[in-house]
Formats: sequence, C-alpha cells, structure tokens
Amino acid sequence: MLSGWFIALLSAAYVGLLFAVARFGDARADAGKSIISANVYALSLAVYCTSWTFFGSVGRATSGGLSFLTIYLGPTLMLMCVGVIIKMIRIAKAQRITSIADFIASRYGKSQLLAGLVTVIAVIGIVPYIALQLKAVAASLDVLFDRPGHAIQLWGIDSTLLVAAVLALFTILFGTRHLDATERHEGMVAAVAFESVVKLFAFVAVGLFVTYGMYGGFSDLFQRAATHPELVGLLELDSARAGTWTAMVLLSGLAIVFLPRQFQVMVVENVDESHLKRAVWLFPLYLLLINIFVLPVALGGLMHFSGQNFNPDTFVLTLPLSQGAESLALLVFIGGLSAATGMVVVETIALSTMICNDLVMPILLRSTWLKMEKRGNLSGLLLGIRRVAIILILLLGYIYFRAAGEAYALVGIGLISFAAVAQFAPALFGGMYWKQGTRAGALAGLLAGFAVWLYTLLLPSFAKSGWIANGFVEHGLFGLGWLKAQALFGLSGLDEISHCLWWSLLANLGAYVVVSLNSVPGVVEAGQAERFVDVFRHAQRGPDTRLWRGDASVKDLVDLLERFLGPLRAQQQLVSYAQMRGVEHWQVLPPDAAFVHFAEAELAGAIGSASARVMVSSVTREENLGLEEVLDILDEATQVRAYSRELEAKQLALEVATSELREANERLRELDRMKDDFISTVTHELRTPLTSIRALSEMLHEDPQMELVDRTRFMAIIVSETERLTRLINQILDMAKLESGRAEWTTAEVDIGEVVRDAMVVLGQLFREKAVRLDDEIAADLPCVLADRDRLTQVVVNLLSNAVKFVPGGDGVVRVSVTAGAHEVRVAVADNGPGLSAEECSVIFEKFRQGGNTLTNKPQGTGLGLPISRQIVEYFGGKLWVESTPRAGATFIFTVPLPVPEA
Amino acid sequence: MKRGSPTRQRLAAIGLCGIPLLTYPLLGLPKGSLAGIPMIVFYLFGVWAGLIALAAWIAERRNA
Repeated sequence: MLSGWFIALLSAAYVGLLFAVARFGDARADAGKSIISANVYALSLAVYCTSWTFFGSVGRATSGGLSFLTIYLGPTLMLMCVGVIIKMIRIAKAQRITSIADFIASRYGKSQLLAGLVTVIAVIGIVPYIALQLKAVAASLDVLFDRPGHAIQLWGIDSTLLVAAVLALFTILFGTRHLDATERHEGMVAAVAFESVVKLFAFVAVGLFVTYGMYGGFSDLFQRAATHPELVGLLELDSARAGTWTAMVLLSGLAIVFLPRQFQVMVVENVDESHLKRAVWLFPLYLLLINIFVLPVALGGLMHFSGQNFNPDTFVLTLPLSQGAESLALLVFIGGLSAATGMVVVETIALSTMICNDLVMPILLRSTWLKMEKRGNLSGLLLGIRRVAIILILLLGYIYFRAAGEAYALVGIGLISFAAVAQFAPALFGGMYWKQGTRAGALAGLLAGFAVWLYTLLLPSFAKSGWIANGFVEHGLFGLGWLKAQALFGLSGLDEISHCLWWSLLANLGAYVVVSLNSVPGVVEAGQAERFVDVFRHAQRGPDTRLWRGDASVKDLVDLLERFLGPLRAQQQLVSYAQMRGVEHWQVLPPDAAFVHFAEAELAGAIGSASARVMVSSVTREENLGLEEVLDILDEATQVRAYSRELEAKQLALEVATSELREANERLRELDRMKDDFISTVTHELRTPLTSIRALSEMLHEDPQMELVDRTRFMAIIVSETERLTRLINQILDMAKLESGRAEWTTAEVDIGEVVRDAMVVLGQLFREKAVRLDDEIAADLPCVLADRDRLTQVVVNLLSNAVKFVPGGDGVVRVSVTAGAHEVRVAVADNGPGLSAEECSVIFEKFRQGGNTLTNKPQGTGLGLPISRQIVEYFGGKLWVESTPRAGATFIFTVPLPVPEA
Repeated sequence: MKRGSPTRQRLAAIGLCGIPLLTYPLLGLPKGSLAGIPMIVFYLFGVWAGLIALAAWIAERRNA
C-alpha cells in the first residue's frame, strides 16, 4: 500500500505547482501581459467537470448506462447560443457585475432583497455540491489507503473534515490574496485551466489502461459486456426514460450558465468576448474527450469486480490498484484532486463574494453604519468577510455530507444543486430579453421555484438519510396524499430530479410572468430594464446620465471610494477617470450625474450593485424622478435613436443622388465640350471650301478679261468645293436625323456581296488615283439579310473611303472580305495603314473624333462617318468595331444578323 | 436595424438542430451494434462530434 506521507507530499507538491501557476498568471496580469488566451478561457470553463465527472460519471454509468452523457450534452447545446452569453458578458461589463446574484439584483432595480434571496438560494443549492467534492476526495483517499468508511483519522479528526479544512485554507490563500476585491482573478483562471488539462490527462490515461490494458479495446470490452445479462441494459437506452433524458439535457444546459462558478469563469472572468468563439467548440470537445472512456471503465469495473461490493464511484482508482498500477492510481488521485480543488476554489470564491456583497454588507450597512462610518479603509474588512464566508461554506458542505451525503451517489448530489440553480433561469433570461419583467415578479418566481425545490428535492434528501422524519415523502405533508414530496399532485413515474425540475420551473415561470404582468416597475427598475435588454444599443453611447438628478459632493464620494476600494486603488481609478473626462486633476471634477455614476459603478465592483446604490445614496441627495419622467426620458432616447437612424438613411440617399448628379454633370460637360469641338471642326471644314470659293469668285468677278481656260478651271474648283460643302452639311443633317430617330428606313432583302461590289465600283476611281490596290474576297451564295440597301452601301463606302484615306499611296493595300456565319453576315475591311492605338480604337466611334493627330494634321474627314455607320449597323441589329495594332494596319468589321427563320 | 452577427446566428442554428438530434424520439432510432459496440454509442458520440466540428468550422473561419 502507498505510504500516507508520500501521498501527502505528492498532494502538497501538486498544490504548490498550482500556486506557482496562479502566481505566474497574476504576475503576468499585473505586467499587463495577460496569459488568458482563448484556449485558457475555454479550458477554464472545464471547471464544470468536477469530482462528480471524474468519479461520479462512472458510478452513474454503472446504473444508468449512457444517461450520464446528458450532463454534457446540455452544456454543448447551450454554449452554441453564443449570442445569449455575449449579451450576458456585455451587460456584466457595462454594469460592473461581480456575481450572478449581482446580475439579477442589478436588473431588477439594484434590489438588496433580491440579491440576498439569490445568494441564499445559491448557497443552500450549492452546499450539497461542495459536500460532493469532499466526499469524493475523502473516498479516493480511503481507496488509496485501503480503509473503508472514512476511517482515517488525524488527531481525532475524520478525513473528510480534514479535506474540508485543507480546501478552505487553499481557497483563502488562492482566491483572496489580493487586497483589492474588484480585480479579476487571472491567476486563479490560469490554475483552473491547468487543472483541467491534468484531470483530462488522468482520466484518459485510466480509460486507456482499462480499455486497452485490461481488455482488448472497445470492441472486446463491449462484446464481453454483452455476454453478461445484467450489463446488457447499460448498453442500450431505455426509451421509457425519454422524459428524464430531456429534463437532464435542459437542466445541465441551464447549469452551465447559472452555477455560480460557471458564471464566474464564463462571464465575470472573461477578458475578451472573442474568446467565446474558441470556447464554443473547444469546451464541448473537452467534454466529449473526458466522456469517451466513461462507459468502458464502468463496464470494465463491473465485470472485473463482479460479485464484490466495490463502490462504482471509485472504479477509476480501484481498477488500476487491482492491477498493481500504483503510479497510475496516484495520477488518477491527482486528477480527482484537481477536479475537486478547481471546483471548490472557484465556487467558494464566487459564493463568498455573493455572501459578502449581498448578505453581510447590507446588514452591516444598516445595523452598525454609524460605527462603520468612523472606520477608515474597509477593503480589509471586505476580504475578512469573504474569508470567513469561505470557511463557513466548506463547513456547511461538511455538515451536509454528514447529514445526507452517505445516502446518495455522487451524481445524485450534484443534480440537486443543478436543480437549485436552474431556478435563476426565468428571472435572468426574462431580465435580459423582457423589459416588462419586474422585481416583484422575479421575487415571486424565485421564491416559488425555491420552495418547490426545497420541498421536493432537498428535504427529501435529508429524509432519506434519516436526518428528519420522512413522513412527507411517504404519505404527504399532513398526511395529504397529493402533497407527497416526490409525487406532487400524483405526478409519479418520473425520477426525483425531473419531477422537481418540471414542478419548480412551472411554479417559478408562472409566478414570474403573472406577477410581472400585474405589477408596475419602480423608477430604477425601468432604467435598468432598458439598459439590460438594449445593452447592445446603449453600449455605443455613454451611460445615460439624465436618469440621475440631485446634489452630490466630490469629497463625499471620493471618501466612499477610498473606504471601500482602499486609498491606492481609489486614487488610480480617479486619475484614469479624470483623464478620460479630459480634466487635469480629479479634485476639480464636477460632482455631476456622470461622476456619481462612475463612483457607483466602481463601488459596485467591490460590494455589489445593490449595496453600492445604498452607499451612494447615503452621501448624495437624489431628486426623485417620477416613473413617468423616467419612462419619458427612455422613450425620448428611443425616439432620438429612431430619428437619427432615419436621418442617416436619408443622408445616404442624398449622397447617392449627389454622386449620380455629379456623374451626369460630367457627361454633360463632356458633351458640351464635344459640341464645341464639333462647331470648330465644322466651321473649319466649312471655311476651307468657302475661302477657296470666295477667292476664286472674287478673281472671276474682278478680272472679266480672264482666259477661258483659267475661268473654266476656276469654275470647276468652285463646283467641286460646293459639292464638298453640301456633303458635309448632308452628313451633319444625316447624323441629326439618326440620333433623333427621324431617319427614314426602307427594309428589304439585301445581298451584301452585291452591295460591297457596287461600293467598290463607285470608289474604284479613288483607289486608282492614289494607286492603292483593292482586293476582295466575297463568298459565293451569301444569304440575304433584311436591311436598307442604300444605308448599307453608305457604311461600306464610308469604310472603304476611310481606308483609302489612311493607307500610303503606291504600296497601299485594302482588302474587303464578306463571309457568312451561322447567324450573321460579316464584312471586314482591312488596310495596311498606320493602325490605331488601343485608346483610339475605342474613341474613334465617338462623334467628331478622328484618327491621327487632329491638332497637327489637317483633319481628313468630318468625324461623322464612323458614328453614322455604327448607328446604321446597330439599327439592323449588327455590330461595328475595329481590330488594330499600331503600325500594322486596321481592320474594320461589321456584322448584320441573318433574319430569324419564321417558325 | 442592424442585423445580428451571422456567426452567432449560425452557431445558434447548430445548437437548435442539436436539440432534436440528441433527444427522444430520434435517440430511439439506432439499433443493433457494429463490431460489438452498440450503434447508440456511435450515434451519440458521432452526432456530438459532428456538432462540435461544425461549430469549430463556423467559429474559426476567417471574416465570418
């Protein structure tokens, strides 16, 4: 057997390691380099897996088969609702929430009564859970020392109490080392994450040992189990327990949020919302991994110890020990210790904060306020209260363990706690999403649900252990049959947990909704309801300071801060607040609503929102805003937001319209510029022939004796120049007609080949004059197209005359080809002229744009030929474009579609 | 109105799909066993792992 001293030393070493991790985490946090990454956050959530998971899951699997999985499926599903959790984190940050009691109380008008009630429910509800951890650690020690019945005694103290004492000491050293009470516990979170890794490792190790060491793998294990008739039931689900299955999934889904320790690590200790993105899958993955070997270990244990009376809760220890694997057993013991200490540390820290802020402070503030006022720094007192609370909680856990613990398996105890914290669900979820929920409703709901829980679950657990009479369970209260504690109104056939869950949630939800609908919220409540439900909208603006009006003095408030936060921390906060407000020194801060709000928020971080409110109102004179006025302000705020959204939308529309107008204006300017260019081009073109006509006419006019030869030559020039003028004017008119859609078209069947040949004949002289070769390649049997023959001729003539204009005289070649495609006839006019740049290719079809440099060279055309041609081709449904590379000639191509055959 | 984050909505959708998948009556479906291991074990762990994988994929995607 293992030596007691060795185990004690090993445990001490492990705890020392935890301290080192926590210390490191705190040091890094102080240095501003937080080690809380997304992974650490996700692992810290695994504080959910306590001794219950570590030892109890196997125990539950030996009796309920796969049903132990419900406890982990619920959290998986709940965590997927990231939106809900992020909203909770947002609210908690905005309101400086430190615990779940604070959260609920703050929502319902910072009510001390509500905070106290939630604390009481949480403490009473969680005590069994703490007892569970004590029981588990004590039981694992018993197994290691091979002494059943917690017989280990040290100086007359039994092992469980010893464990409780050690855990209390550990928690005090661990969680309340800091004097300032408002900070996050980053070191603690780091240690918890570390413990999560240890317990997963230990459990997987023992799982592998049993599955592959003692048996031949999963298949072998399950096949062997199937031969034991008493184990077959564990391998399948019992559909008769479908209701229980669903209830457990729901219960555990609520527990992952509402257990005080889960709320602490998930919401209060959250450093960065984005960490949730990792946690949403990493934490469920952790749960999956730690559960894979539960059923194999359970089956293995049942088969191995068949007939012997071993406690299935400790199979993870007894199985390795039975094989002589003592070091593995020690690892498992350390894993179990991790599970228990992690849970106890976080849970008691969360509960002690609640007890201090929401139970003790309100009483102290009331009863001995006068005395307290004379004391200086109260932050030490706060920590003192918390330490005492930690001891008390563990003591209560021990008492519960003595009273009822032996009667239940580990899982049974844990579920009692789950059902207790599930009572927070209506008030908390309602508070986050339903503005009408009131304090009276929350109180009624919590009380009703808690009462049902007490009657149907907690008291029966005492009765079961014989601590109190069990008449109310067996025969009903006062002998009334329908009041039987675990078959209320005759509802039987359910297990006790589902029975309690359905009845308590019904009572809770019913009371909450009915009372809320029939009560009027107070002034503070209405404001808080708005801030909670609309937290995402309020976050963008500062706190609504219009909801506070009254007189305050900076000195009083600062005194208050110093007393509760300690002078040092108060100064730090004041300085940073003054900086934020742009004030040089905090002493010159105005005692306005914003400052009061700041002071209250700071205090809330230390003593809870309800107590903070009482403290602040004790040193300020607050004017009582009527409910009407508060609602008006909130309403106004909503309206202003609506208006500003409308304005934003309109502004956006205006911006769009403006940019559209700007574009249109740009286009108009461009057109205007082009018209100007056109007029100057046209006037230039008009003036050239006019000038020569005029000059020649004048010469003819002034010199009647002119030779006939000269006269005839001059007259010929005049006639040709007049023709040029007419042509120009005709083109302009033509363009205008085409553009305005008033052109006349006569559509008939046209043979394009013939059109091209005609045009070549017409222009033949021109080509011969410039000595340019004109080749043609016109396919035979071209189909006819529907078009205006004269217009098509105009296009071809235009393309040919352009080509001849740009090719060099002498060795110029122009090549015309006409081909027929499946849907169109294609005409290409290729030349070996100077070609066009890519930019020119696109602008050349614009009006008044011409090839070549129009500034230096004399324009060689009107700039209207191509635009007119394109309009004509497009009118017939074809396309006209140019393909060219500079200095390699240009090919103008147009297509005319074939007529669609009539069906 | 600003719409909720698409990632959050997708994750919530996975969670909602998980409820019917992991409760009765669907849990009554898997029967028999494969390689000696009951089908229900495969089903529960398979669906569970599938949900986790889907959530991981959605949560860890960039620009999501």
